[in-house]
Amino acid sequence: MTRIFETPIYPYQRSADQDAPAPVRHKVVVVGAGPVGLVTAVDLAHQGVPVVVVDENDKVSFGSRAICFAKRPLEILDRLGCGQQMVDKGVTWNLGKVFFHDREIYSFNLLPGEGHRRPAFINLQQYHFEKFLVDHIRHMQADGAPIEIRGRNKVSAVGLHNDHVTLEIDTPEGSYNIDAEWLVACDGANSPIRKMLGLGFTGQVFEDNFLIADVVMEAEFPTERWFWFDPPFNKGQSALLHKQPDNVWRIDMQLGWDIDREAELKPENIRRRLHAMLGSDAKFELEWTSIYTFQCARMEHFRKGRVLFAGDSAHQVSPFGARGANSGIQDADNLAWKLRAVINGEAPEALLDSYCHEREQAADENILNSTRSTEFITPKSEISHIFRDAVLDLAEHHEFARPLVNSGRLSVPTIHDGSPLNGPDAAGLPAETRPGAPAVDAPLRKGWLLDRLGDGFKLLAIGIDVPDELAGIEVVQLATDESDALAARWLGGAGRALYLIRPDQHVAARWLEYDRDAITAAHDRALARQ
Amino acid sequence: MPQLTLHANIPAPDDFYEALLAAHEGLSKAQSDALNARLILLLANHIGDPGILREALEKAAGQSAG
Ligand SMILES: Cc1cc2nc3c(=O)[nH]c(=O)nc-3n(C[C@H](O)[C@H](O)[C@H](O)COP(=O)(O)OP(=O)(O)OC[C@H]3O[C@@H](n4cnc5c(N)ncnc54)[C@H](O)[C@@H]3O)c2cc1C
Repeated sequence: MTRIFETPIYPYQRSADQDAPAPVRHKVVVVGAGPVGLVTAVDLAHQGVPVVVVDENDKVSFGSRAICFAKRPLEILDRLGCGQQMVDKGVTWNLGKVFFHDREIYSFNLLPGEGHRRPAFINLQQYHFEKFLVDHIRHMQADGAPIEIRGRNKVSAVGLHNDHVTLEIDTPEGSYNIDAEWLVACDGANSPIRKMLGLGFTGQVFEDNFLIADVVMEAEFPTERWFWFDPPFNKGQSALLHKQPDNVWRIDMQLGWDIDREAELKPENIRRRLHAMLGSDAKFELEWTSIYTFQCARMEHFRKGRVLFAGDSAHQVSPFGARGANSGIQDADNLAWKLRAVINGEAPEALLDSYCHEREQAADENILNSTRSTEFITPKSEISHIFRDAVLDLAEHHEFARPLVNSGRLSVPTIHDGSPLNGPDAAGLPAETRPGAPAVDAPLRKGWLLDRLGDGFKLLAIGIDVPDELAGIEVVQLATDESDALAARWLGGAGRALYLIRPDQHVAARWLEYDRDAITAAHDRALARQ
Repeated sequence: MPQLTLHANIPAPDDFYEALLAAHEGLSKAQSDALNARLILLLANHIGDPGILREALEKAAGQSAG
C-alpha cells in the first residue's frame, strides 16, 4: 500500500517562467510547502495577493511529525475556509492520564470550554493537515485565486535588493531565476534561506533522543493522552501514547543521550520496545518511525529587508506542548494581512516590523513554555530530578501538586501586550479581550462571533450605535443579549463596548463610548501609519 | 503586601526541630532528599503568595552564597 506521504501531490510541472527571456517578477514567493508555507500562501491568495509557493519536494510531510492542532490555529483555518475538514477528520480528546513508575497517579479532563466552536485541540497527522491545505489550494485555483504551487523547485541562491529579492531555483529540468517583491521563508528549521543570508539561529539543544513511532493498531486503548514518567518499560525515561485518526497511535519514547542510533532504529528493536510498552501480544504495524533530538532556538530578527521568516525557519521548539506548527500558523495569520496592506500601499513597511515584534514575543513565550516542559520531563540535575519526583509523588495523593506536573502545556495564543499596533484600552472591560488579544469566540443567536469577524478591519459594536461610515472599517453591530458568553467575554460588567478588530482577529483597541476620531486614530496606529 | 515572616514564629522551636529530624530518622540520603523536596512543596503551596515565596527563595539563596 502506498502511503499518503509517498505520493506526489504537487508534481513538478514546467512553468512558463523557465522559458522567459528575463526573470519574471512575482509579488510574493513563499519558500516551503510545509504547514506554515501553505497557510501563508492560502491566506495571501484569500486576500487577493498573488503568490507562488516553491518546494524542493512534491509530497506532504514524510511521516506525521505534528499531531496536535490547537484551537486558535483551527479558528485561523476557519477564517480561510478549511477548518471543518480538519476537525471532521481529527480526533478530539479530553482525558489525559499521568503515570509514574508502574501506576496511574491521576487523570485530568480538558473540559471543552463552553461557548467555543472549536475544541482545545484535535489530533491529526501533519500529512493530512498538509493534504487538506493542498486540496484547498486546488479549489481556490479552480475559483481563479492567484495561487500557484511548484513542486521539485529548490531554491539554491537568493540575492537581497532594495525593492526585491532574486531567486535561483533548481528543477529536474535545470535551474531558472525569478524575482520576488517579497519573499516569505517557510523552509523549516534548517532553513537554507537563513543560511544563505548568513543569519544566526541561537538557542539550546537538549541532550536527549526521542524515538517517535506511529503505529497502526486495532487497540482497546481509549481516546486519551497517556504520559508516563519513568515507567518499567522505559526505565529512567518518559513515554507518551496518543491517538490519531485511522487507528494510528503516536508513541514517543525518550531514549537518553548516549544511544546507538542505528541500532535503535532497527525495526526489530523498535518492535521489542513497543511490545514491552503495549504488551507482548499487541498487534501493530509500524507506519513511520524516527529518532529526534530537539532544540529551542530562534532568529534574532524575523525580517531581513524583503525577506520574512515564518514557522520553524524563524523559531524552533521541542515538541512538548505542540507549539511548532501551531505557532507557525499564527505567524502566517499575523503576516499575511500586513504584507497585503504594505503591497497595496495602505501601510508603510514599518507594519512588517510589528510582525517581528509580535511574533518574536510569541516565539519567546513558546520557547519558555517548551523549555520548562522539557526540564520537567528530562530533569537536568540531580536536584531537579528530586523535585520532579517529589511533585509526582505528591500529585498522586494531593490535588495541589497536579498543576506543577508538566508534560507539555496546552498551546494557547500569545496576547500581544505592548505591541506598537495596540491602541487605547478601556477600564472595566474583560482582561481576556484586551488590546493585543486574539478575539475570543462566542456563540451568537445565529452562528459564531469569529465567523462574523472574518478578515478585514472590523468595528465590533455591542449594545452601541455607530452613526458613521468609517473608511476601511466594517461595522459589526451586535445586541448585548446575543449570548451569556458574549457578554462575559466582551462586556464584563459594562453595558456596551466598541472594539476595533484587526484582520487577524486580534483586538487593536476598545472603548466604552463612540468617538469617531479615536477610532480613526487607532485604525491608523494598527496599520503603523502613525 | 504580606511579607516573609523573619521573626520567631514557631511556638515550640525545640519540638519542631526534633520532629523535623525525627522525620528523617533511618532514611537514606536519597529518601531524605525526597522528603525534603516534598516538604518544601507542601509548605510552598500552603504559603501560595508569590511575593513571599520569592522573598524566601532570595533569603535562602543569599544565605548559602555567603
Ligand atoms: C516528532 C515531532 C512532533 C511534533 N509535534 C507537533 C505537534 O503536535 N504540534 C505542532 O504544532 N507541532 C509539532 N511539531 C513541529 C512541526 O512539525 C513543525 O513545527 C512544522 O512542521 C513546521 O512547519 P514549517 O512549515 O515551518 O516547516 P516544515 O514543515 O519543515 O516545512 C519546510 C518546507 O520547506 C521545504 N524546503 C526546505 N528547503 C527548501 C529549499 N531550498 N527550496 C524549496 N523548498 C525548501 C521543505 O521541503 C519543506 O516542505 C512536531 C515535530 C516533530 C519532529
